[in-house]
Amino acid sequence: MKNKDITRIQVEKVASLARLELGEAEAERFAAQLGSILAYMEKLEELDVEGVEPLTHVLDLVNVTADDEPVPCLPREVYLANAPCRQDGLFLVPPVIE
Amino acid sequence: MNELRELSAGELAGLVAAGEISAREVVEDALSSIAARDGLLGAFLRVDREGALAAAAAVDEKMAAGEDVGPLAGVPVGLKDNLCVRGREITCGSRILAGHRAPYDAAVVERLRRAGAVPLGQLNMDEFAMGSSNENSGYGPVRNPWDPARVPGGSSGGAAAAVAARECPVSLGSDTGGSIRQPASLCGVVGLKPTYGRVSRYGLIAYASSLDQIGPFARTVEDAALVLEAIAGHDPRDSTSAPVEVPSYVDLLDRPPSLARLGVPRQCFAEGMEPEVEKAFRAALEVYRKEGIDVVEIDLPRIPYSVACYYILSTAEASSNLARFDGVQYGLRVGQEEGMLEMYRRTRQEGFGEEVKRRIMLGTYVLSSGYYEAYYARAQRVRRLIKQDFDEAFSRCEFVLMPTAPSTAFPLGEKTADPLQMYLSDIFTIGVNLAGLPAVSVPCGFSADGLPVGMQVIAPPFQEAGMLRAAKAFQDQTDFHCRRPEADRDVSPPAGKRGEQAG
Amino acid sequence: MSKWETVIGLEVHVQLGTRSKIFCRCPVEWGGDPNTRVCPVCLGLPGVLPVLNRRAVELGVKAGLALNCEIARFSKFDRKNYYYPDLPKAYQVSQYDCPLNGPGWLEIPNGGETKRIGITRAHLEEDAGKLVHFSSAKASGVDYNRTGVPLLEIVSEPDLRSPAEAGTYLRTLRTVMRYVEVSECDMEKGSFRCDANISLRPAGSTRLGTKVEIKNLNSFKGVEKALEYEEIRQRRILEKGGELVQETRLFDADAGTTHSMRTKEEAQDYRYFPDPDLVPVVLEEEWIEDIRRSLPELPATRAARFVRDYGLPEYDAGVLTSEKPLADYYEAVAAAADPKLASNWVMVELQGRLKEAGKDIGSSPVSPENLAELLNLIQEGTISGKIAKTVFVEMFEKGRAAGTIVEEEGLRQISDTDELTAVVEAVIAANPGPVEDLHGGKKKAIGFLVGQVMKETRGQANPREVNRIIARCLGLK
Repeated sequence: MKNKDITRIQVEKVASLARLELGEAEAERFAAQLGSILAYMEKLEELDVEGVEPLTHVLDLVNVTADDEPVPCLPREVYLANAPCRQDGLFLVPPVIE
Repeated sequence: MNELRELSAGELAGLVAAGEISAREVVEDALSSIAARDGLLGAFLRVDREGALAAAAAVDEKMAAGEDVGPLAGVPVGLKDNLCVRGREITCGSRILAGHRAPYDAAVVERLRRAGAVPLGQLNMDEFAMGSSNENSGYGPVRNPWDPARVPGGSSGGAAAAVAARECPVSLGSDTGGSIRQPASLCGVVGLKPTYGRVSRYGLIAYASSLDQIGPFARTVEDAALVLEAIAGHDPRDSTSAPVEVPSYVDLLDRPPSLARLGVPRQCFAEGMEPEVEKAFRAALEVYRKEGIDVVEIDLPRIPYSVACYYILSTAEASSNLARFDGVQYGLRVGQEEGMLEMYRRTRQEGFGEEVKRRIMLGTYVLSSGYYEAYYARAQRVRRLIKQDFDEAFSRCEFVLMPTAPSTAFPLGEKTADPLQMYLSDIFTIGVNLAGLPAVSVPCGFSADGLPVGMQVIAPPFQEAGMLRAAKAFQDQTDFHCRRPEADRDVSPPAGKRGEQAG
Repeated sequence: MSKWETVIGLEVHVQLGTRSKIFCRCPVEWGGDPNTRVCPVCLGLPGVLPVLNRRAVELGVKAGLALNCEIARFSKFDRKNYYYPDLPKAYQVSQYDCPLNGPGWLEIPNGGETKRIGITRAHLEEDAGKLVHFSSAKASGVDYNRTGVPLLEIVSEPDLRSPAEAGTYLRTLRTVMRYVEVSECDMEKGSFRCDANISLRPAGSTRLGTKVEIKNLNSFKGVEKALEYEEIRQRRILEKGGELVQETRLFDADAGTTHSMRTKEEAQDYRYFPDPDLVPVVLEEEWIEDIRRSLPELPATRAARFVRDYGLPEYDAGVLTSEKPLADYYEAVAAAADPKLASNWVMVELQGRLKEAGKDIGSSPVSPENLAELLNLIQEGTISGKIAKTVFVEMFEKGRAAGTIVEEEGLRQISDTDELTAVVEAVIAANPGPVEDLHGGKKKAIGFLVGQVMKETRGQANPREVNRIIARCLGLK
């Protein structure tokens, strides 16, 4: 099967954007697999898409909106109950330097 | 008691509504079926015994009070683990959502409850609905009731297996590229994917937003119609929900089908199916012909491009939909001592399985700077062409018939080495999602070694009623749907069972 | 005369004044305990979906019309993908290539004339949450109350040429947005935020120099100071022949300086793509026209009209039209009394007292009609300007009508010549010294005599008449 040359650097870059920390062997494997998958994707270049509009939604719905009517909120405990780390009604995360 | 699990959902609801059995009895029977069989199959990740019995009790109370109990009164329903159920642990078959309890019910769960149905628990699935064999679950694979050494299909493997094994009469799954229909085919049951927008996605943990739909598994077309009617309908909380009336699918099933012409795309024979599948499919076409229905060849020229198109669009959307799983608000969190960036990276690295990571990588790549036009935008144009192909086909026939899967259930581990090979096995189902059409897979035969083969009936948008009638017409002439898998007998689990258990 | 030309563009985010959030129905209010104004949708919990708030679109269009923008008949939402703990879905729903509002402009006052500043676009997007930093620095906390609040991002063309001009642009933009009631535009409450882009280029050049983005600007003065600092910093580097780095810098309000943001990452790749969960917005002409018709007269137009119709100086017109309720108040007074008099009294007396009392024009105890009545009493000569001020105090504090106060307290101005002459003659007789000064040419001494007459008449004498009679009595010119 044809393979597209996906470099380790590209894999690192994509993994970084996706916030994944791949292992060595894993990164190698992904580079090879993505290479063959992307080479397969090039099949789409066989088609003439000149003048064809991209399709985002299969239904032709437009203007789906809601009225500007506020609805009361549930107690925050409902949502904080799942928090891995919390304090004073806040979701805690490692310090973020701005 | 064993007879209860032989009954259809419609029959069960009828008996409960008539006061001939209690909802409690029905649910107790389902729970004991699960307890007896699921150790081997692994279809259920979590069973909510308490909740199910409480819901059954509520139905029985309503009966006693003379109130309307609903069209699915007392019917136990398994729910794929990507459907939110308030207060229950919902993980999408992933470790990254371990411990995550949904604070709300999905729209379909609300509707099932209103119809009197009883949610039983969460069904195993390929992680985040990515897979065609249910081997990608973070909690262990599901086994096919027809042969436990084989896969049930995916990603709704648990939902298909549970129904095939008569652990519950119906279940709900989701279908993005075939994830209801393909496991239905491999497990010898009915699996229906509605028109995109027919059923609300509110509460379905998204994989690919423009392709996902929720649908029922059942052993008969009638039951599929019954469940579809209960869950379909416009939902103002889902902007992509269609403002189209829900006809009474159940009532309309009784009307004689008006099937002038069915179309079979010639491309499906070129794509390669196992000889047994082709044999069963061709025999199925004869069933229609014998009824005097015209079965003609049609053309879907872009079908061969549908896998490439799908895997660009679905992975792109998924890479964005799954970005929120970061350990901040819920689920798994790892590495917080090392700072924010490390927390993100390690949580996702440890929480996601390999297939999910692979698709996130692919999706991120095709959206990244410099590649958008070549991959994503092009795939969107090809999607329009594929949809046009179907529109054109429906001007020549009322419904399209295709095999559901190119093979019968394959052994566990057989296809895991090459992801692309696994993707290519979706060739018959994917185009339907790209075009947003409704399709139902019905059992249409068996291979020489007794494995089920499924056939799809595909309809134009919002023509589920006609589609179900066409499927029923086939079902009425055959008895494939009545055959029973080996593993529907109570079997003790093999020594050293894997993964999570009912609880 | 400078070798270098400053080029500034501003990105302003205004919070739209809806009652609920852009994609869910959580209430939008300032403050509140953390995470008490959230729901599964704005928290981005698994399985949720957005539904667009129609009023956000309405206000977005209103703003666009007020900024002379081309309103897009077709617009859509896109996902801007990036990671930050205050962004729960790890993407922000925004608009990328089909914004709600296309190119437009805003005219700003420019030393007696106006200058047109181009607006590139204005689009809808959702706000993120807030990070709370613990002093122990061991953790940060996330509050999602603000997540999902509707924002309009207004991007200006790089048409501004000085920090002062940037300040004027911001103030003018703020006034306009408040006029059309699109946003409160309160920088302190975060409903008006600004990032600036500044570059320098050789005077006369048309190519843009290296752009530096400035963030953490929390006041109009801060914006001007930051840009002033940047101008100098950049000029110094360029004059030495150095090159500027295209970067993002943060403004330090205390030090008055900017410093580079510590970022290890390369330029962000947001991977924009159309949001599949939201459908496009297609606007009908009718609907846009309805909104256009509902727009009030904009401040610049209204100020020009004040100058033209009421003969007010530009400065006064500017002050009176700086807030719509104030302009409305003024016009109600001017409709019933002398416009120039009204202008002085509204700007000085009324605004002064309101400020002291911590009230705004909307809660003025003196209604426009009451004020007009007072002004007419002055105009008719019924009371003097000085007396009017004391009457006004009583009107303000007790909410009573001018006419009533004047009658009850007998404050009518005395203009009767005979009555006044009698008093004048008595005062002249009693003050030979000043009289002599006057005859001697000391014109100012008349003031003392007038003062005495006023004292005798408890301030009610008509001062002009008094002056005239004294002059007549003493045979002065």
